[in-house]
Amino acid sequence: MEFNEVFETMAYGPAPESPAAVNQWLDDHQRKFGLFINNTWVTSEGADYYPSHNPATGEKLAETMQAGQLEVNAAVAAARKAYKTWSQTPGVVRARYMYAIARNIQKHHRLLAVLESMDNGKPIRESRDIDVPLLARHFYYHAGWAQLMEKELRDYQSVGVISQIIPWNFPLLMLAWKIAPAIALGNTVVLKPASYTRLSALLFAEVVAESGLPPGVVNVVTGSSKAGSMLVEHPDVDKIAFTGSTDVGRILRRQTAGTGKKISLELGGKSPFLVFDDADLDGAIEGVVDAIWFNQGQVCCAGSRLLVQENIADDFLTRLKARMNKLRVGDPLDKSIDMGAIVHQSQWDTVDEWVKIGAAEGGDVYHAQVDLPKQGCFYPPTLITGLDPAAEIMQEEIFGPVLVSTTFRSPSEAIALANNTRYGLAASVWSDNINLALDVASKIKAGSIWVNSTNLFDAASGFGGYRESGFGREGGEEGLYEYLRPTWQARPQPAEEFDPQSEWGGAIPAHPVLPEGKHSISAPGVDRTPKMYIGGAQKRPDGAYTRAVLDSKGQVIGQVGDGNRKDIRNAVEAAHAAHTAKPGWAMRHGYNRAQILYFIAENLQARADEFVARLRAMTGQTEKTARAEVEKSIDRLFTYAAWADKYGGSVQETTLRGITVGVNGPVGVIGIACPDEYPLLGFISLMAPAIARGNTVVMIPSQKYPLSATDFYQVLDTSDVPGGVVNIVTGDRDHLTKTLMAHEDVDALWYFGTAAGSYHVEHESAVNMKRTWTNYGQPRDWLNDEQSAGHDFLHHATQVKNIWVPTGM
Amino acid sequence: MVTEHERNPGMRLDLDWVTGTQVNRSAVERRTATLPTRRSVKKTWQAAWLLRAVTCIDLTTLAGDDSPGRVRRLCAKARYPLRPDLLKALGAEALTITTGAVCVYPAMVPYAVEALEGTQIPVASVATGFPTGLTPMPQRIAEIKQAVADGAREIDIVITRHHVLTGNWPALYAEIQQFRAACGNAHMKTILGVGDLATLQQIYRASMVAMMAGADFIKTSTGKEAVNATLENSLVMVRAARDYLERTGYKIGFKPAGGIQTAKQALAWQFLMKEELGNDWLKPDLFRFGASSLLTDLERQLSHYVTGRYAARHHMPMG
Repeated sequence: MEFNEVFETMAYGPAPESPAAVNQWLDDHQRKFGLFINNTWVTSEGADYYPSHNPATGEKLAETMQAGQLEVNAAVAAARKAYKTWSQTPGVVRARYMYAIARNIQKHHRLLAVLESMDNGKPIRESRDIDVPLLARHFYYHAGWAQLMEKELRDYQSVGVISQIIPWNFPLLMLAWKIAPAIALGNTVVLKPASYTRLSALLFAEVVAESGLPPGVVNVVTGSSKAGSMLVEHPDVDKIAFTGSTDVGRILRRQTAGTGKKISLELGGKSPFLVFDDADLDGAIEGVVDAIWFNQGQVCCAGSRLLVQENIADDFLTRLKARMNKLRVGDPLDKSIDMGAIVHQSQWDTVDEWVKIGAAEGGDVYHAQVDLPKQGCFYPPTLITGLDPAAEIMQEEIFGPVLVSTTFRSPSEAIALANNTRYGLAASVWSDNINLALDVASKIKAGSIWVNSTNLFDAASGFGGYRESGFGREGGEEGLYEYLRPTWQARPQPAEEFDPQSEWGGAIPAHPVLPEGKHSISAPGVDRTPKMYIGGAQKRPDGAYTRAVLDSKGQVIGQVGDGNRKDIRNAVEAAHAAHTAKPGWAMRHGYNRAQILYFIAENLQARADEFVARLRAMTGQTEKTARAEVEKSIDRLFTYAAWADKYGGSVQETTLRGITVGVNGPVGVIGIACPDEYPLLGFISLMAPAIARGNTVVMIPSQKYPLSATDFYQVLDTSDVPGGVVNIVTGDRDHLTKTLMAHEDVDALWYFGTAAGSYHVEHESAVNMKRTWTNYGQPRDWLNDEQSAGHDFLHHATQVKNIWVPTGM
Repeated sequence: MVTEHERNPGMRLDLDWVTGTQVNRSAVERRTATLPTRRSVKKTWQAAWLLRAVTCIDLTTLAGDDSPGRVRRLCAKARYPLRPDLLKALGAEALTITTGAVCVYPAMVPYAVEALEGTQIPVASVATGFPTGLTPMPQRIAEIKQAVADGAREIDIVITRHHVLTGNWPALYAEIQQFRAACGNAHMKTILGVGDLATLQQIYRASMVAMMAGADFIKTSTGKEAVNATLENSLVMVRAARDYLERTGYKIGFKPAGGIQTAKQALAWQFLMKEELGNDWLKPDLFRFGASSLLTDLERQLSHYVTGRYAARHHMPMG
C-alpha cells in the first residue's frame, strides 16, 4: 500500500514477528524429532512419525516420533532412576536448579513464544506476554517451595514418578503447571504433550537440559493417546496429572482406579460471565474479549456463558457486537491481531458444528464482521443470543471463540444460573457494588472467581475445578499437595487386579439370628433397636430389614437397621437440605461450628462409660483400650473444633494489584464409609473434620460394629447439631457405598474398607468426577495423630476457591 | 481547523446520565495495558501514522519565559514541522504537512497570529485563568474574548476543579456554557485538569458535563498538574465522548496533553482513538496532541524510516 494511501485511510498493515530463529532451530533438527529422555534425543528404528502443522498456514513444521511401549518404558525407567537421587537431593539444591531453569526460560523467551504461536496458532502477543512469562513465573515460584520444603512441608514427602499429560491449548503453560511443582518437590516426570502441539515441549526440554538439570528428572515423550494410556497404566508410575477434556479425565480416573496412584484432573468448563447493571459496562465488554476471545476461546476456563442482567442486556449486547467488529483475526505471528488460528481443522469443524446446533436450537448467531485470512484455520468471534439454559450449547463446552448468552433478573437468579452446570472451573463477576460482587463470588461453585476481571493466572494461586471440572489444584500452596504424600505413608500398591464388571456390593437383606448358649432366666430388658439417623431424626430402614450385630465371639449383642439405596437417597437429600437451610451449615460461622463440636465432645464425655462399655461388648477389648479410644475420640472432636475457625484459607501473593483470597471452602456432601477398626474413633476421626469445615455427611458406620455410631446419634441430638449435617445409615458397607458412589449429587466419597472396595469407589465415582479418598484396603492407626488427625484430613475436607479482587481508585 | 462535522451545540444538563455510568479503574487499566500490545504498525504504515501524528500536534509553549521571539520560532516549526528532505523521501511534499495548531498564552496570541499569517494553522490560546482557573469569572470571560479578538481560533479553557470535587455539576455546567458563549466561533477545548480530579469516575462525569455544556473538544490537562495525560484517563474521556456521540450524534474531539514525548507513546494514543472511537478521531479536527517535544521524536523516527539509520536529535531543526 502506498504511503499516501495509508496516510489517508489510517489502515493497519502487516506487523510480522520473524519466524527465522524458530525455522533455524527446526532445520538444525532436520525437522524431525525423537523423544527427550535422560537429557538426550532418543529414536527407535522403524518408529512412526507424526507431522506438526502451523494451523495458520497449513505448513508442515516438523515431524515427531510416536512412542510405543518400549519407549514409554525407557522414559519411566529413566525417571525412576533419576528419582532415586533427585528425591534425596536437598531442597536448597533443587531450588538452585529450579532457578536456573526459570532464568533459562527467560533467556529463550522469544524463541519459545514464536514457536508456541507457530505450532498452536495463538497470537504472538499472548505467547510473548502471557504464556512464556507465566512459564518462567511458575519455575521461580516453585524454586521457592523447593527451598522451603524441608522446613515448611516437613510432614510430607515426594510422590515418585509422575506421568503428565497436557492439552494443546496452552502447551508451555500447562507444562509449567505440571512440571514445576513436581520436580521442585523431588518428583521426576515423564511428560506427554498433546498431538497437535508437541514442538514447544521439545524445545523446552532442551532449555531445561541446557540449564543443567540432571538427566531423567524431566523426560518428554511424544505419541498418540495410546502412549498416553501406557503412561497412565505403567506400574512404576506413582501419579497421573492430566489436563484435558472431562471425557478423557473420566477414562483416566477409571484406568487408575484401585492402583494407589495419585491423580489430579483439570477438566472442562462452561464458565459463567456475570454482568450486573451497576458494572463498568465498557470494562465488562473488554472482560468478555479477554474471557472468550483469548486464545481463540480454546481455554478451559473461558468465560463462555454470558449472563447479563435483563435491564441492560440490549445495551450491553449492542456494545458487544460493536466491539466484536473491531477485533482483528489473522496470522498468529502478526503483532497487530487479537485472535489467531484454531489449532486444527478438526477442532474448527467441532466449533462450527456447535454453532449450527445453536442456530437450530433457536439461537441468534452473530459472527463478527471482520476479515478472515483466505487460508488457514480461522473462525470469526461469534456470539449466540436468545438462548435458554435448556439449549445444549448453553451447557456443553464448545472450546472455541463462541459465546452464548442469556439474561437474569436478580442476583439470586444469576447465582442459580451460574451454578446450573455440571462444571465448576471459573466465573467472572462484574459489579461495582463490592457487597454484591463478593457475595455472588462466594456463592458460585467454581475454583477461580474473578471479580471485575477475567482469566487472571499466577503461580501463587491454585487453579482447578469443582464438580466435573476435575479435582486437585495447580499453583499456590494448595497445589503442592498433588505432588506430596504424608511422610508416614508409603504408596499403597494393592496386588490384586479388579474388574469393573465383577460383582461387588451386592447384598441380600439380613434375617433373624438365634442367640447361642443358654437362655437367660432373667426378664428381658426393654428392646432397644437403633434406627437410621437421617435429617436429625431416627428413621426406620426403608426396606424394613434388620441385621444382627455380633460381638467378637459371635454372640448377638444387638440389631441395627439394614439400610438400602433408598435410605442412602434419603440421607443424601437430608445432607443437601442442611446446606440449603437458613443458615446453611457451610454458611454458619466457624465459631458456631466449633461450639457445636465442643458440645458434642462434652456430651460424649458425659457418657464416656457407656461408650466404653459398648466398645468392650462389641470388640471384646480391655477397659483400658476401650477407654483410650473414647478419650481419643473426645480429643479428635476438640481438634476439629479447634480447626473449625482456623483453616479458612489465605491471602495469595499473586501479581495482581488487589486481593487474591484462597478460600478453603467445603466440598459439599461427603459420603463416608467407616473402617471396622476403632468403631467409634474411626467414625469420629472422619466425621469431625468433614463437618468442622462445613460439609454435611452421610456416614456408613463400621459394618461389623455399628452400635457405637448408633449410640452416637443420641449425642448428636443433644449437641445442637442441625438436622441433616450428620446422617447415619447402617447396613452392609459396600452395598451402601455402591449407591453413594453412583449418586450424582454426592460431591466426595471417603472409603475405608477393602482394596476391592477402593477400586470400585474410584472407578464408579468418575460418573460425576466426585473426589475420592480411599485406603486401598490398608488400615491406619487411628490412635496415632500423625496418621489420623493430620493436615491431610483438612485437605480432603476442603476445596480451594480463589477469588481475585482487583482494586483501584 | 477544518471542520467536516457539525459543531456540538450542547444539551440540557442530564444528571442521570452524568452519574449513571460506572468506571472501574482496574478494568480500565486492563484495557490500557493491552491496547499498545494488541496493535502495532510497521514500515510504511508506521511512517504514515507518525506523519499523521505530526498533523495532530498542538505545538505548545506555555512557560513563564515565553517571548515573542520564542513564539515566532515555534510558529516557524509549525509551518515546516519536517525537514524537506524527509518529506521528499516520504513522497509527502504535496500533502502540505503542518502541525494542528500552535498553542500559547493569551498575551502571545498576537505574535503567533502574525507569524502564522498566510497559513491555515490556527492559533490556540489557553484562557480562563490557566492553569488553575481560579481567577474571578469576569476576568476569565474577558480573557477568552480578548484572545478571540486577537485572532485565536481555538480556546483551551480550564474548569473550576472544585465543582467536580464537590459534585456541583450545575455550577460546572453553567461555567462552561458561559465560556462557550464567550468563545463565539472559536472552538472550545475544555481542559479538565484530570490530575486534580481524584478518580476516574469523576473524570467521566466532568467529561460528560463539559460536552453537555458545549465543549468542542475535551482535553485532559494543562501540563502543569502532577498527573497529566495517561492512557487510563484518556480512555475514560474517550469512552465518554463515544457515549455522547451515541446519544446525541455529535462528535467531540479529544486532546491528551502533558507528558507525551515519544513516537511510541503517540502511537499508543492513536491506537486508543482508532479502537475506541474510529478513524475520524485520528485527524486534527477531532484529535490533537498537546505537546512540545513530541515533534522532534516523530521527526527522528521518520528519519529512521527514510534512512534506515537512527537519527540524532540535533539533526532536527528546533522549534
